Amino acid sequence: MGDHVDLALECRDVTKRFGKTLANDHVSLTVRKGEILSVLGENGSGKTTLMNMISGIYFPDAGQIFVDGAPVTIASPKDAFDLGIGMIHQHFKLVDVLTAAENIILGLPGKGRLNMPQIVKDIQALTGKYGFELDPNQKIYDMSVSQKQTVEIVKVLYRGARILILDEPTAVLTPQETDKLFAVLRNMRADGHSIIIITHKLQEVLAISDRVSVLRKGAYIGTVDTASATEGSLTEMMVGKKIDLNIDRPAPLEPRRRLSVRGVHLKNAEGRHLLRDVSFDLYGGEILGVAGIAGSGQKELLETIAGLSRAEDGSEILYYAPQTQPEAAAGAAKAQTPSPSEGAAADDADGTDGATAIPADAAASGDHTVPDGPGKAAGPTDAATPYGAASDGATAIPLTADGAAATDLRSLRPSDIRRLGVRLSFVPEDRLGMGLVGSMDLTDNMMLRGYHSGRGAFLDRRTPRDLALRIIDRLDVSTPGVTTPVRRLSGGNVQKVLVGREISSDPTVLMVAYPVRGLDINSSYTIYRLLNEQKQNGVAVLCVGEDLDVLLMLCDRILVLCGGEVSGVVDARSSTKEEIGLMMTGKVTQTA
Amino acid sequence: MGTSQTNKPSGDAGPAPATGTQGKYPPDAGHTSGARPAVHREPLIHLSKRDDVALPKAVLIRLAAVALSLVVCAGVIFLLTRLNPLDVYKGFIDGAIGTSRRTWVTVRDALVLLCVAIGLTPAFKMRFWNIGAEGQVLVGGLASAALMIYAGGRLPGPALLAAMFAASLLAGCIWGLIPAFFKAFWNTNETLFTLMLNYVAMQIVTFCIVFWENPAGSNTVGIINSAKNVPSYQAGYLPSLFGNAYGWNVVIVAALTVGMYIYLKYTKQGYEVAVVGESENTARYAGIHVRKVIMRTMAISGAICGLGGFIIVSGASHTISTSTAGGRGFTAIIVAWLAKFNAFTMVVISFFLVFMQKGAMQIATQFKLNENASDVITGIILFFILGSEFFINYKVRLRRKT
Repeated sequence: MGDHVDLALECRDVTKRFGKTLANDHVSLTVRKGEILSVLGENGSGKTTLMNMISGIYFPDAGQIFVDGAPVTIASPKDAFDLGIGMIHQHFKLVDVLTAAENIILGLPGKGRLNMPQIVKDIQALTGKYGFELDPNQKIYDMSVSQKQTVEIVKVLYRGARILILDEPTAVLTPQETDKLFAVLRNMRADGHSIIIITHKLQEVLAISDRVSVLRKGAYIGTVDTASATEGSLTEMMVGKKIDLNIDRPAPLEPRRRLSVRGVHLKNAEGRHLLRDVSFDLYGGEILGVAGIAGSGQKELLETIAGLSRAEDGSEILYYAPQTQPEAAAGAAKAQTPSPSEGAAADDADGTDGATAIPADAAASGDHTVPDGPGKAAGPTDAATPYGAASDGATAIPLTADGAAATDLRSLRPSDIRRLGVRLSFVPEDRLGMGLVGSMDLTDNMMLRGYHSGRGAFLDRRTPRDLALRIIDRLDVSTPGVTTPVRRLSGGNVQKVLVGREISSDPTVLMVAYPVRGLDINSSYTIYRLLNEQKQNGVAVLCVGEDLDVLLMLCDRILVLCGGEVSGVVDARSSTKEEIGLMMTGKVTQTA
Repeated sequence: MGTSQTNKPSGDAGPAPATGTQGKYPPDAGHTSGARPAVHREPLIHLSKRDDVALPKAVLIRLAAVALSLVVCAGVIFLLTRLNPLDVYKGFIDGAIGTSRRTWVTVRDALVLLCVAIGLTPAFKMRFWNIGAEGQVLVGGLASAALMIYAGGRLPGPALLAAMFAASLLAGCIWGLIPAFFKAFWNTNETLFTLMLNYVAMQIVTFCIVFWENPAGSNTVGIINSAKNVPSYQAGYLPSLFGNAYGWNVVIVAALTVGMYIYLKYTKQGYEVAVVGESENTARYAGIHVRKVIMRTMAISGAICGLGGFIIVSGASHTISTSTAGGRGFTAIIVAWLAKFNAFTMVVISFFLVFMQKGAMQIATQFKLNENASDVITGIILFFILGSEFFINYKVRLRRKT
């Protein structure tokens, strides 16, 4: 621990228990005046619990919190405020129809008459001082996510907070916005504020903080000076062992078009466009990433394809069933494809072609990405994949077969999709609110997508039970048994159950939304491995992600969305985070 | 209050802290920054959610709640009436199961209550707040009564009963479908909708009573088909079974109870109900036709409640009035919730509630108490039972002595 100097905040042996789980076990933490401290830990390590105790949402079972060296009791968020502690939550708590200034003063005591101009002036003084970009008179509903975050921070500062806690502040920001936020935080630090940042992005920890405190499974592991830390050393502290942070990226084998999305428009009930003219192709054997600021239409895109939302007339979502399963010849990763390899010989030529020609910047960039117009039905030109195959007219590509098998999913509901035998699996963002039923056990969750199969009115629980057991075994799910409600499982295990179920149906197209959100590092890498396995089995994987570093390491191509529109498709092997960041904000559009 | 003593972890949790920095920060070193007094007091009561309660413990807590409630009731009884609580309790038991007749009346009423609770179960399981059971019971009873009046004596007995059975199902079904339809297509609020339909049902009954009045001017229907020596004598009355007047009631309700248990637990439709109730998004994701499920489930729910009306009219009261349902549609909600929608637990709960009701009525007359006295007692007992759920879900710890 540091010298006996100017501690703004100290937690000493703070302990908090929820039922049987020890969320914080004698955690000690110090924050100096004028420093930025990162609190690092995997999900479930107790970071948020600790911060919630500091900000008065929970009360510690044992231990003591000191502010400015004096022991304090923080029994409510108001106590925390009174002590100058302000927390900026991940989910903003703002009133949409009010202006920034109105939100900032909301709930503050004061005289009967508001002197708005004065308040606005005060806010401007504050924002000017630290370099925020904020118009106090702007309504919240007109603001971008990062602007809303600014309002939250200013709100806390305006109330006189000197200790700021930011919970995953960068999760919703583009790289450029993150840089801006960090600049502001540094200004605040210079002014003597203490800042605690909760995050699990190592690069950001290294970029912004002075010291890093690490928690693991509720226990306090230690605090190190950022200057002496590396990504590797921090990971080791966080996980307890050395971990290889690289993600495999095998080359796509025999890319074959599985999904062709053309001119998809989607409007909400109020007639606002959620998706506008979205077009792209998805190939078997690749992972196509989808990047964008939160709420740019990622969720809507997947739900539209899955039949949960209906795209406007004129949109096309064509699904090409693998009829002859030609991958057989390639011989790669054959694990579960039950394909009769008829016509394999013919495909061979193409196979080699596709497998080898992955040059990212493959010359033909012009023609392969985002072909516009709905003219997809036209045979051979479609043969061109982004992986450079078949521009030679590749006789082998079963174009006609694919073409004949095309099914337009646009107007289908999930039940129709299933009935038609379209093998589309979907791991939604909201795992317990959409993908699984939290209160049901593993067996009952396994049958969610197939409970109706079999004749008669009664459920068959044996098959799903076997499947559950298989998934527990194969994916190493830690659960007391198949009769445990999935809500009781940890985030990583919940996701394994969900992904396991979706993969088990042997999909042609696999869509995953934020597959590793909230997962610890080990579980995340398990998921990456599963996605790669599917890719190598010839599955077309569409993966919505939020961590650009991960998308750049995992995916073959990345589709960037901005405000419901495609701002481009880039090659993940040759693009940078900054390029994608600019495309996310719509400042740059580009194709490949 | 206001002492600045540190709460040391009281040694109950794990190893002693490694960093013993006592003394570095003397307790009152603070107050450095402005006027921020170091408030320092632990809240009086600590609540923490229990993870999982072992069944025996849960049962024990509930039993303790009942025992405690009886003690409190005894105190209240004594304070209010100066009667010996034990006598009062004896009167209670006497009233509910004192004689064979009384026992059967208790059973009969409990069966009706159970029937309605079973009817509500699928709707509640779907999180469709059907508080319209009262109306669904009424229309079911009304349909039965109408057939008794108009078809009594014209149809052979079994055929009439079958027709009444079907008509009550259908009537309740329609009464349940109306709010379900609006909910499914326009997402109307089912709570208000079903509640209001209760009053509509009552008005319809009032309207019918005008036609069926007997004797004229009484503004009641009287006992239907009670005139002897005409073909319609006792037409549409559920006959006795196994020599017991309420045999059929038992058979029908028992079948419903078992059937509902199986339906919800082992059928595909029951599974759909559970998924829709848990999350509509999940249901849509799973390819479940949510509208269809909502309407189908409410049709079933309403139909069973309507059947409750048939059991009341044909199997017990043989008349119809606006109070035929008599609040059972609401009491059944309590039954369903207390039983956590388990059909078999509902048997116990509905018998318990009716037992309380009958016993309370007995003491009201026996000790010349106002009938509200029984409500007070029932209320106290329910309060304790419901309250015990809190202690099953949460652990309460008082502030440690400093």
